[in-house]
This record gives sequence, structure tokens and C-alpha cells, in this order.
Amino acid sequence: MRKHSVQPDLSVNFAGIQSPNPFWLASAPPTNSGDQIMRAFDAGWGGAVWKTMGAQVTNTSSRYSAIGWNGRRMMGFSNIELISDRPLAVNLRELAEVKKRYPRQALIASLMVESTREAWHTIVQQAEDAGADGLELNFGCPHGMSERGMGSAVGQVPEYTEMITAWVKEKARTPVIVKLTPNISDIRVIAQAAKRGGADALAAINTINSITGIDLDTFTPQPNVDGKSSHGGYSGAAVKPIALNMVQQVMSDPESMLPISGIGGVATWKDVAEFMLLGSGTIQVCTAVMHHGYRIVEDMADGLANWMGEKGFQSIEDFRGLSLPRMTEWKDLNLNYKVVAHIDEPKCIGCGLCYTVCWDGAHQCIHLDRTTGPIEFPAKPSEIEAASRASIVVTPIPRLDGTHAISQNGYAVPLSRIPRVDETGCVGCNLCSLVCPVDDCITMTKVDTHLQPESWEERTSECLLEKSC
Amino acid sequence: MPELLEQKPAIADLFAELHPPFAAQAAVVEANRCLNCFDAPCTAACPTHIDVPKFIKKIASGNLRGAALGILDANILGASCARACPVAVLCEGACVMHGSQQQPIEIGRLQRFAMDHFHASGEMLPRKSDQYHPEKIACIGAGPASLAAAAELAQRGFRVTVFDKHSQPGGLNTYGVAEYKLPLADSLREIELIRELGVAFRFGVEIGGETSLAKLESEFDIIFIGAGLGAMHRLDIPGSSHPGVVEALQFIESYKTEEITHVDGKVAVIGAGNTAIDAAIAAKRLGAKEVSILYRRTREHISAFDFEYRQALHEGIHFLWLTQPVAIHASAPGITSIECVRMETTSDGKFGPVEDSTFHIECNLIIPAIGQSPMLELLAQCRDVQLADGRVLVNRATGQTTNPRYFAGGDCVNGGREIVDAIADGKRAGVAIANMLEVSRA
Repeated sequence: MRKHSVQPDLSVNFAGIQSPNPFWLASAPPTNSGDQIMRAFDAGWGGAVWKTMGAQVTNTSSRYSAIGWNGRRMMGFSNIELISDRPLAVNLRELAEVKKRYPRQALIASLMVESTREAWHTIVQQAEDAGADGLELNFGCPHGMSERGMGSAVGQVPEYTEMITAWVKEKARTPVIVKLTPNISDIRVIAQAAKRGGADALAAINTINSITGIDLDTFTPQPNVDGKSSHGGYSGAAVKPIALNMVQQVMSDPESMLPISGIGGVATWKDVAEFMLLGSGTIQVCTAVMHHGYRIVEDMADGLANWMGEKGFQSIEDFRGLSLPRMTEWKDLNLNYKVVAHIDEPKCIGCGLCYTVCWDGAHQCIHLDRTTGPIEFPAKPSEIEAASRASIVVTPIPRLDGTHAISQNGYAVPLSRIPRVDETGCVGCNLCSLVCPVDDCITMTKVDTHLQPESWEERTSECLLEKSC
Repeated sequence: MPELLEQKPAIADLFAELHPPFAAQAAVVEANRCLNCFDAPCTAACPTHIDVPKFIKKIASGNLRGAALGILDANILGASCARACPVAVLCEGACVMHGSQQQPIEIGRLQRFAMDHFHASGEMLPRKSDQYHPEKIACIGAGPASLAAAAELAQRGFRVTVFDKHSQPGGLNTYGVAEYKLPLADSLREIELIRELGVAFRFGVEIGGETSLAKLESEFDIIFIGAGLGAMHRLDIPGSSHPGVVEALQFIESYKTEEITHVDGKVAVIGAGNTAIDAAIAAKRLGAKEVSILYRRTREHISAFDFEYRQALHEGIHFLWLTQPVAIHASAPGITSIECVRMETTSDGKFGPVEDSTFHIECNLIIPAIGQSPMLELLAQCRDVQLADGRVLVNRATGQTTNPRYFAGGDCVNGGREIVDAIADGKRAGVAIANMLEVSRA
């Protein structure tokens, strides 16, 4: 039924911090100064986490490196920049000014100081006096600061994380968010420690230890600082799957679950929706803004609202965490569920990518035998290609071959190039549908196995009980 | 030759490239659009079977040397083909992207990108053997068929001499391709690499007379005929011997070598094949006020490729359909008009003149482009080499003629196709000759 749309409500209350929308700038170069943050708020950002204040640092030149993909720039991004290198007093003065002029937006102070109770108490007091709506403890910075016992040096040790979080909580009047490092074998261990220390919320993930690449002429890894490099913090679209997994792990564990601000490769409203479906209450963005500027928030808000409207969600809380119950351990997956690849022949353009990957990367059950019929020992891919190379073909010339020699009807896919799936051999791995360049050409179709759902856990426990296998 | 390696500025200004080269980043983006098809239709469609996805993926990875060597392995004149091939009916026409309503991959421009890099690097062509063999091979004609055969043989250590009546190598590659596709200088630059392989060239030599085939037979073990086609068909109407009547291939050669740098007045081109269109566009770019293509049948019957026809329209060429020239009129200073009759479809589906339909088209230069005839005189001298319909009969897989010491390829075998077809013929013959000689020695 057609009806007038009503704009969904994007506002959030994140662990007690009010924000007009869930889009926050992460503590990073885009939040380096008050002027930048005010421009970001004007562009539509709902909150900003001020670039980490605290210990005195000096930054290097250069600082960033990136890897591209398929000719596009910055799929993955790495930095060796430390926390804010501006005087603390300047940051605090500007923070107060921003809060005064933008009272509705969430303004969070990211903090990192040496690991003493006094130092933490002092910085907490200073940030809150300046007007911060909340505090984010930077236990994640993976380079430089960690060598001085801060950043990820704290976030990699549960006892330190718990201890410093507790120190901060002794003093703080505003909500305390602990930002987690992914550079650890099980992120839940640190999240649990933060929760035990009294954290009100979590933010995950910080950047990932990385070397983006090496200059093949100079042999210097990037970024190059006077002929040497140092491991950096990896971010951008490339890290999103890792971040989503870590958010899900934290949010699925009652011992670690807290309000969480999702971070890691967020660039579009789709990324935002995914982080929220796994439980994030807000999201934070850095790299995409460093690539495209503050204005990317416009489509984040518009796209998310349109999607929410389409799905009938009135508020973020209507869908936050909706996908968490759909994540389970592998041992609980239904082994009697079966899908097979189905090729929609009219859509097929005859590229043969599915054939290549099924032969080389999967189970050799896609064949090019529509014109010959199934053959017991089908030709190997290399034999098919060799036959093509050996053929003698000529340019169709109207004068010699007639004007009909040149197809005027455009490209038609010959039947011999449309692959066939041997459904008895297909294990339903998805690979062909993943490489197929045409939308909805290869779909994975459910096959009724007439078997009750059964997980590995169930199958093996039955074995034990019945001694039948 | 060195003075010809730079395109003449006057001509360069008038003949700006139809398909300009890729910038490096754009080439990588375009290369990444390629799907890397299995048993790729583009490769299958290419007469020389260049492994297109393979070289394109090398461009994507930044391995430009590898890309160029891959192209050259299949097609020694890969630079010419990248620019002169009718890609719309070959590789790009076969691209699967058409199937999903997307632009085909710009294979021609990517190939050029790789080849430009190779030429700029100053690298020499690779050899395929470090041995040198005593056998000598003569190639008649220095066009693409002979060059491909000669290069393959030289790379494998055989001694090759190429004979041509022109003063420069390349045949139609050098003298016959529209300058906005392939400048003469670029054709010569590519052939220079083949000369560096050790191929000897003897220019200004017409086979027959002093350099008879009998003489070649006594001096060389194998003779490859890559002579192409002969003279253009003459426009056989009153007035056609007037000096203002210039055959299309002669006209194209003249402007490419800068014998002609300007065209005045109005031009009539007779015929509607690809050569006619090349000549018409050239005349227009050289300054002709008006250029018309006169064709006795209709649009559906022209032998030019569709993309050539559309290019001609784009350049402002007029097409006069159902127009048959019958006489050329001239006064003291030159040609004044061409007299034509209107044609119509007859009851049997053919075309015939409309009665009393004579009309005059004002023009000052007439360029007939009505095809070439076979080089029957030369071919008749090749002992035991059989012809059919004026074409040399060969085993298509080897290029071997009915005389086992004679091989042939290119237009004289296929009746007049594209550069790439001649190269494919020449390469197959080169491989077959080398294999035959290597086996006979073993």
C-alpha cells in the first residue's frame, strides 16, 4: 500500500551519552582541532571523539601509507602517527569552545597518559571540566605509545586494562568508554577486564599492526621515514570483516557485553547497518573521512534512514543486535542443509569464471558440455584453451564473406560457453556465485535433503550415546 | 629511414589520433575491468590468438614488460595491430561485457599501452634460440605477412632476406593505414626491431626481370610469398586517365609520405569499402571543401565496417547512394565534374541504372577505391605454385603451397583481409618453415 513516509529517528543514547545520530568521528586526524570538529558537526556528524590527549609526543614525517585494489586508492590505510601533538591546554580550551557552540552533539575526550593513578585522575578531571560528554580510554594505539607502556601495551594485558579503567572510574562523572585493540588473540579477554574495571561502554576496534608494503625500488617498507619504517596501524575498508567479527565476539559474551561503539572500515550506511545489526550503538569513522572528507556522513544518514524506512524500523534500537542470534559456533550449524549452484542461462555472459574456479578452487563440478552432453572424462581446462589457440580464424570481411558475416545483433553467448552445474557433485560452497560478475546469474538454491536438521555436536554426541559409529 | 621515424608536424596536426593512448592509472583501472575469462572469446577471435586476458592482467599488476613480450610472442607487430585492427569485429567485438550491456574492455588501447612501454624502454626483441642455422629464406614483399614470417625465422636463428619494391618496409602497414590510426613513423619504428633481429631488407627490388624467381630459388632454400595484392581496379569510364584521378591507395601513400599535404576543392571517392573511407576522411582532413562517397548500391551493401561508416559521417563525409559514375569531365585547369546515373533495384534484386537519370557532381579530385586485383603476373612465375581464384593455394595450418619450397600468406592467400590476418598467416608459415628445416637437419 502506498503511504507517506515518516523519517525514522536516528538519535541514540549511548551508555548515557545523547547523540543526534550514531555517526561519530573516531579519535584521529579528522578530530585534531576544534575547527575541524565544528566543520564536521556542520556537515552532519552526531559526535566526535577528540584526537587522543595526554602524554607529550612528537610526530614523524611521513606518517601514512596505503594499499589500493584494482586501480583504486586506499582500500587499506596505515598510519604511524601518535596521539595529539598539540599542547593539552590548547586542546582543552578548544574542546570547551566546541561544546559551548554545539551542545547537542556528543563530544568525547580520548585520553592516554602514563600508567599512574594520579596522571589518569588529573586528565579525567581536566577533560570533564572542559565539558566532555564522555571519556574514551585509548588502550589500543599500536605504535610508538605502546613502546612507552601506553596504548596497546595496556590494552594487551587484562590486569592493566582493569586497573586503569578502575582508576578512571574512581574519578569520572561522565560515561567511560574503553577502546580495544585487535592486536590480541581473544578480544573478549580484554573486554571482560574493562567491564570488571567498571567501564560503561566499549569501542572496537583500534587499528591492526601492519606493514602495508615495500617500495620495490628502494626496498624500504612504507611509510618511509628517512629510509626506515615502523609497523603501523591498519584501517579502512580492508579491516571491516575483522572488526565485525570482534564486535560480534564481544557482544555475544555476557562477561564482556557492554554498549559498544563499532569501528573499523565504516564508510557507508551499509557498513553502519552491519555494525549495528551486531550490536553497535554508535559507529566511529576515520579512514573514509581521511579519503573523502566529512561529507560522507550525508549519505550515511540518508541511506540508513531509507533502509530503516524500507524495513519498518523507527529507531536504531529496533534493529540493533538483530543479527547476533544468527551467529553461532560452527559445531551448531545444520549439516543436513544443502544448497547447489544454479545458473540462470539467459543471464550468463559466457565469461567462464565459475568454470575456472570450480575446477581450480573447488570441486570440479561445473562443465562446458552443453553442446556435447555429459562426458565421462571431460576435457581439462588447458585442453579446451589449447584447442581454441590452435584454431585458424580470420577477420570477417563483408566484401569477402558477405555483410552477414558480421553480427549486427550484438553479442550472443554461444551455448558451448554457458556452463552446466553437476548438482550431484556440487557441495554448495558458494565460490562460483561469488565470482560470477552478473547479478543474480548464479544463485545457491536450497535442495531438500529430507533429513532432520543435525549439527556436528548432535551427530557426534549420538555416536557416543548409541555407539553406532 | 631515420628521418621518417618522426611523424611530420604538418600531417601530425591534421591527423590527430582517433584513439589516444591511456594514461598509466587509467590503463590500470581499465585492465582491472577485464574479467579474465576462461578460454577467452577475445583471444579466440584474434587471428593471432594473442592471450588477451594474460597481457591485460600483467598491465594490472604493473608487469608491462611481461605484457608486451606476451603480445609479441603471438604477434610480432603487436603495436600496429593495437592501433590498426578493427577491434570492434575482433577481440572487442567478442568481449563478454557486451552480454551485460557494458562497454567492452578497450583491448586495443591496452595493447598499445603495453607496446608503447616496450618501445620506450628501448629493449630489443627476444630471440627464441641461441643457435644460428645455415638455411636462407627469401620473403617477397615487406608487408605484415613477410615480416611476421621473417621475425619468427630470425628469432629461431635462420637467415632471412626480405625483398620489396618500395623504399621502406611495412607494405600497407606503412603506406596504407590511415595516419590517425597508425602513423607511418610508428610502423617503421616497430619494423626496425625486426631488422635488429638480423633480417636483411632489399628495397626497390621488383621480383621478375633482374631478380627473377629462378635466381631466388638458386640462392634461397625457401621462398615465402607475402606479396599482397596488385594494382587497384581501374575506374573504366571516359576521362578516368586524367591526372586528377588518383587511386585510393596511391592517395593514402602520398599523404603519409607528405607528397600531398593539402587538398583543394571538392572530392569524389568512388566505392564504399574501408579504403574508400580512409581516403575520404584523409581528403577532408587535408583541406577538401567537400568530400562525397559515391556508391552504386545502398547503405546495407557497403563493405566498410560499421564503425568506419560512422566515423566517416562523424568527419562530415557525404554518402551518395545508388550513384554510378559514367564519365569524368575536365577543362583546362583540371577536373570539373563527374557524371553519374541514378541506380535502382531491379526485379531480380540486383541494381540497374534509372533511365534518363544522368546528373553531374561538381568535383576536382576523384579517388577510385574499388578494390585491388591479384598479382597474377608474379604468382604465375612461381613454379608449381597453384592458384585458385587468383589466390595462392596453401595448407592453412602451415602456409605451404603446392610447391614444398614455397610458402605464402597474407592478402595474396586470403584475398585481402586485415593486417592481423596477414601476421597470423606469416607467423604460421614461419613456424612451419622453421620446424621443417629443423626436422630435416635432425
